[in-house]
Amino acid sequence: MSETESTISVASESTTSQRPPDVTILPRKGWQPVDLGELWRFRHLLWLFSLRDVTVRYKQTVLGGLWALIQPLLQVVVFTLFFGKLMGLEERLGEYEGRAVPYAVFVLTGQIVWGYFASLVNASANSMLGNANILRKIYLPRLIIPLSAGGAPTVDTLIGFGLLLIVMLYYAQPFTLLLILAPLALLMTMIVAQAVGIMLSALIVKYRDFRFVVPFMIQLWFYVTPVIYPKHIVPEKYQMLLYLNPMAGVVDVFRALVLGGTLNLNELMVSVGITVVMLVIAVFYFARTERRFADIS
Amino acid sequence: MSDIAIRVEGVGKHYRLGAGGDADSMREAITMAAGRFARRLIGRGEPPRPKREFWALDNVSFEVKKGDVVGIVGHNGAGKSTLLKILSRITDPTTGRVDIWGRLGSLLEVGTGFHPELTGRENIFLNGAILGMTFQEIKSKFDEIVAFSELEDFLDTPVKRYSSGMYVRLAFSVAAHLQPEILIVDEVLAVGDMKFQNKCMGKMKDVATQGRTVLFVSHNMGAVSSMCTRGLVLDHGRVHSVCTANEAVAAYLELMNEKAKGELSERTDREGDGKVRVVAIQVTTESGKPPNTVATGERVRFEVTVDRPVAEMNCLLMLADNHGQRIIGLRNNPEGDDDRVDPSLGNKLVCVVDDFPLASGQYRIDCELWSQNNHQHDSIKAASLLTVVGGTVRGRLVRQPIRHAPVVPPHQWTLPL
Repeated sequence: MSETESTISVASESTTSQRPPDVTILPRKGWQPVDLGELWRFRHLLWLFSLRDVTVRYKQTVLGGLWALIQPLLQVVVFTLFFGKLMGLEERLGEYEGRAVPYAVFVLTGQIVWGYFASLVNASANSMLGNANILRKIYLPRLIIPLSAGGAPTVDTLIGFGLLLIVMLYYAQPFTLLLILAPLALLMTMIVAQAVGIMLSALIVKYRDFRFVVPFMIQLWFYVTPVIYPKHIVPEKYQMLLYLNPMAGVVDVFRALVLGGTLNLNELMVSVGITVVMLVIAVFYFARTERRFADIS
Repeated sequence: MSDIAIRVEGVGKHYRLGAGGDADSMREAITMAAGRFARRLIGRGEPPRPKREFWALDNVSFEVKKGDVVGIVGHNGAGKSTLLKILSRITDPTTGRVDIWGRLGSLLEVGTGFHPELTGRENIFLNGAILGMTFQEIKSKFDEIVAFSELEDFLDTPVKRYSSGMYVRLAFSVAAHLQPEILIVDEVLAVGDMKFQNKCMGKMKDVATQGRTVLFVSHNMGAVSSMCTRGLVLDHGRVHSVCTANEAVAAYLELMNEKAKGELSERTDREGDGKVRVVAIQVTTESGKPPNTVATGERVRFEVTVDRPVAEMNCLLMLADNHGQRIIGLRNNPEGDDDRVDPSLGNKLVCVVDDFPLASGQYRIDCELWSQNNHQHDSIKAASLLTVVGGTVRGRLVRQPIRHAPVVPPHQWTLPL
């Protein structure tokens, strides 16, 4: 051990003439800030991982990107048939901004947002385990992994959005200028979904049990979000509770922008506020778990 | 002037194993929390179970100068991989501090992030970026990478259609063009066919002579002494010595020999799933020499004792010289008819070598156990030592190695006069 000790003493003498190190590795404890600058420097990797997922997703499928159209289309047919017609939700839809909106259009607007949310949460939550082989062998800002998982669902959703416009044309729905802002609602969906997905991805690494929680949670969340039913069928006194679900707010905003309704600003503020809180908690929890990832996965 | 590339000061890495440590599932987390709560409620009660913990690295300090090519050696579980993981920031140290001057790139495996569905071209970009190259760097080196891999014709084929050799070639070609100021390499060279391996070694030597700092972990002592300028020997998570590469190789082999003298069944520097373990290796001859001592040219009997016999097991015995170079390999063949079966052996596997071809000297025995479907049960280096004394090979006296050549097969000369 004497040789080692002599090395240390040499080290401390030369410290004065040494320029500061480029990287210093220290044990990290407790809550730490997230290095956003580093995340930005690695943005090309974020892009490449997203591209990889999008490319791989439709390779070797005969229909390729058509799946992004078929899925929402079939869902809308089934929803319209069962919920719209058989359960009579179409009649309870009432008037939307003074005109009748076909149930198919109503439910498709909801389904675009909801489908985006569900597939993104799912992809993001499972991304850390899915890329474990990479994470155990190389350093990269790990937040890139759940973030890039959003790429493929985003592409699917944009295709679905195109479908929505076609369906609206088919039903001769009026187009308003607000439609241009609709992608902002999708961006908001992405942020809500990532807040949930990032949190779950860290939890799944730590406790595998959460893999079983994800599909179950998404299922339940679907029913408390006004996707297949209009918000007003919920009794007035409980509507405030609906606001606590940021997805309810996002679905509402997207519908208003696409169908030319009025924005409920109060609801929007509550949704945004809750989302921000969720995102901050998720990112900090992720950063805390992430550094032990190579040891526990 | 700053001439230091890496400074490691008092670095330790602590692991907790199994129960009592961190909760691995939610059930555990809940029971543990409930236990803590209950204990607090009663104010006494059983303390938590003692944790099985160990330090994979313990107070490790050393310094690497710019341009040094450092070979890191040590037995299985000495902490080499943990050290590389800390230096590459894959995992945090528990104690201590590491300072790095310059851009560091690490190659802990070839082809990290390769995706089977993507084409060779796509994988070059993805893998390059994962290894830390910028898009511009990859683009400017793309042709060079492709030329090095010799896979020009398969660039647009998904890599899942590649042979394993092609796959490794592409992966290494990307890795070889990673040119950070400090490179960390973990034995990725032991891949590919001979020709490509030599090409890779050449490339590695280029990197080493370009004044780049390299940290190289290897079990190949030949590669360490030929490529490295400095050596770092790790033993049980501590720095055993920091010295020249050749001294490090010698110290490592010395350590191995020390270990070989210990009780085999109690050694923990193993790899494999542990379904079957080697518990003893005995080498005997008919001439009644002390155990593990044989003479050149004798009929030698190797007895490998395992803790439980398993059918169709693959056992490998490798004899290495005192440079760590393996020179004889013995392997049974459960698929062919070459092996005999004798149930009376119990839990022993026996291999007999007629006309033992090693000249006098000290040798090391490495042993591995594999399942039929290539699953490693056990692997232990320097499981035992073997002393060979001079003897006769089919009547021909062989006192010592001829010009350091250790192998003397049975042979017959015919002379003109």
